Amino acid sequence: MLFLNDPINFISGWLRGLLTGWGLPGGLMTVIIYFIGITVLIVFAMTLDILLVWVERKVVARFQDRLGPNRIGPFGLIQPFADIIKLIIKEDITPAGADKLLYNMGPVLAIASVIVLWAILPLSAKIFGVDLNVAVLYLVAAGALGTLSIIVGGWASNNKYALLGAFRMVANMISYEIPMVVALLIPTILANTMSVQGITQAQSGMWFAILSPLALIIFLISAIAELGRSPFDLNEAESEIVAGFHIEYTGMKFGLFYAGELLHAFTFGGFIAVLFFGGYGGFFGLEKIGFFSWLNNPFVQAVVFLAKAMFGYWVIMWIKYSMPRIRIDHMLGFNWKFLTPLALVVLVNTAILSKVLVGLPNWGYVLGMLFSNIVIGFITVEILRAYGRKQRKAEAKPAPQSAHNQEQAA
Amino acid sequence: MSIPLSWYLILAAALFAIGLFGVLSRKNAIAILLGVELMLNAVNINLVAFWRYMDPAKMTGQVFAIIVFAVAAAEVAVGLALIISVYRRRKTVVADEIDLMKW
Amino acid sequence: MTADQIIFILCAVVIIVSALMVVTTRKLIHAALWLVAALFGVAILYAVLQASFLAVVQVVVYIGAIAILFIFAVMLTRREMLDKGAQTRSNWWLPALLGLLILTGLVFLIIGQPAFSRTASEIPADVDTLRNLGTALVSPDAFVLPFEVASVLLLAALVGAVYIASDKKK
Repeated sequence: MLFLNDPINFISGWLRGLLTGWGLPGGLMTVIIYFIGITVLIVFAMTLDILLVWVERKVVARFQDRLGPNRIGPFGLIQPFADIIKLIIKEDITPAGADKLLYNMGPVLAIASVIVLWAILPLSAKIFGVDLNVAVLYLVAAGALGTLSIIVGGWASNNKYALLGAFRMVANMISYEIPMVVALLIPTILANTMSVQGITQAQSGMWFAILSPLALIIFLISAIAELGRSPFDLNEAESEIVAGFHIEYTGMKFGLFYAGELLHAFTFGGFIAVLFFGGYGGFFGLEKIGFFSWLNNPFVQAVVFLAKAMFGYWVIMWIKYSMPRIRIDHMLGFNWKFLTPLALVVLVNTAILSKVLVGLPNWGYVLGMLFSNIVIGFITVEILRAYGRKQRKAEAKPAPQSAHNQEQAA
Repeated sequence: MSIPLSWYLILAAALFAIGLFGVLSRKNAIAILLGVELMLNAVNINLVAFWRYMDPAKMTGQVFAIIVFAVAAAEVAVGLALIISVYRRRKTVVADEIDLMKW
Repeated sequence: MTADQIIFILCAVVIIVSALMVVTTRKLIHAALWLVAALFGVAILYAVLQASFLAVVQVVVYIGAIAILFIFAVMLTRREMLDKGAQTRSNWWLPALLGLLILTGLVFLIIGQPAFSRTASEIPADVDTLRNLGTALVSPDAFVLPFEVASVLLLAALVGAVYIASDKKK
């Protein structure tokens, strides 16, 4: 077992040998090694989070045709550390009448609900936290924890705006969980398994983004709504509700909310990469050719995965900084009247086709799925256009003349 | 697995007893529903423990537990809708004060 | 004391303490949050019992939906004086006695049965519980009928809850 080929087993074997030398019992050794692994994973996630703050600020600057932080360090790379120092030395205020324990627990729960997702994120075929056989459902469960953290934070602040923002955000998150679950079922059906390792390996033939682009779009939209980012961020819009549920949080507690949101966005980018873009693999069989066998190296796979996750994160940022905000009733109407029925139709279509197209060769299967998705997309766009036309005609009709006006005109 | 089945059953019995105490001794209607939820969870622990310890190949215990999840969710939804509706009319959620039909 | 037993005992302590706080705490919001802790402990217990699907569904359904429903209901029906004063009825010792009696009776029953002190056998490696669960829920000679009836029940609950909770004065 070379380190380069199988890093986690190599390190755990070495640690086990070391600890046995010190005379520890077997069970305790396993627990200690697991704890060390968990700590390393969390440290990696949080370090990545610091980098993401820099990425976010540079990218938003470029979208807005300016430079972004470029004074501190080369290309402004030290900027996040300056931000952290600023947040830590701020005064720690707890509003009067706030529930102290819950108030302090809110940000911790928010970032905990993101870090638990890193347990199932497959960085490579050999580097992952745990290969859960219900990983896709675990993603939904972590979203549920995030919802709880928002209610706790909003209520414990003892502030009407915070409570209102928290209510809106939770209504948003709960509503958009439904199309997200339905969209998550589509890679499950296509791969025949809920485990992320299984889904990644099932995409070695063809990416699921090509087999079912509608599922990708629905998952992307519901993921952005779950994150509470623009265009679904009425809950923390400065001009409307003054930072929503985290009004009363200052200093590092706000830093935890902010960093948690960025890490959450990156984690969802990672999940889009895993579920739809082939994760750490997906080179369409290229890695089987002898020349490209270095593509099977765990570290190369991890780099590929992080690059794809960063691309997903960039798409989420692109949507955030290009689109205006959606009103809360439009948000919920969009979910219940459009996204959920569309997701259910795509799910039924995928389920039926995955059994009907079983006999065809690979290209027939891919083309069949892609074609059915295009047909459904086309029909949806036609329905929307007809609906829009009807709305425009109804608004353009001249208002009925009242009898008084008609007398005056005559 | 070195945990005897009786440990799970005793835990479930304790949870059930605590839920029962909550239902019978609380004044607020929502707190009564919280007790009911504890009792339903105790039942679920029992079902899943029996599934695991008797015959893990047949899924009867888990399916029963899933149906209990669905029933609990339905009951909480309707129960809380009722409580909110009563609160709108009578401005109270204390179970003792909802006594219009008492004679 | 194997690792399994230590995890079980920790879990059981968390569940029982949280449940006791649910039924005795004065502020209702705290009671709802202690319920979340108890439900989380039960989810961990399901994971120890190797029912992984149920563990995750417990978090999604109970904590992600039911607990949040409770918190919303508490917030929408809150009046300042309700959180002060006694939260339990004045004859609370009677339910406590009843609970203790039921607990003792059940514990005697459980300890008296020698069949209940068995430890679990290993699940054979070729039994895929997740796949079996899926098949059992939709197979005609397994549990498809209760599955469909449960979905009708949920539909009825959905329609009923929306109708009851809607504001009909407008």
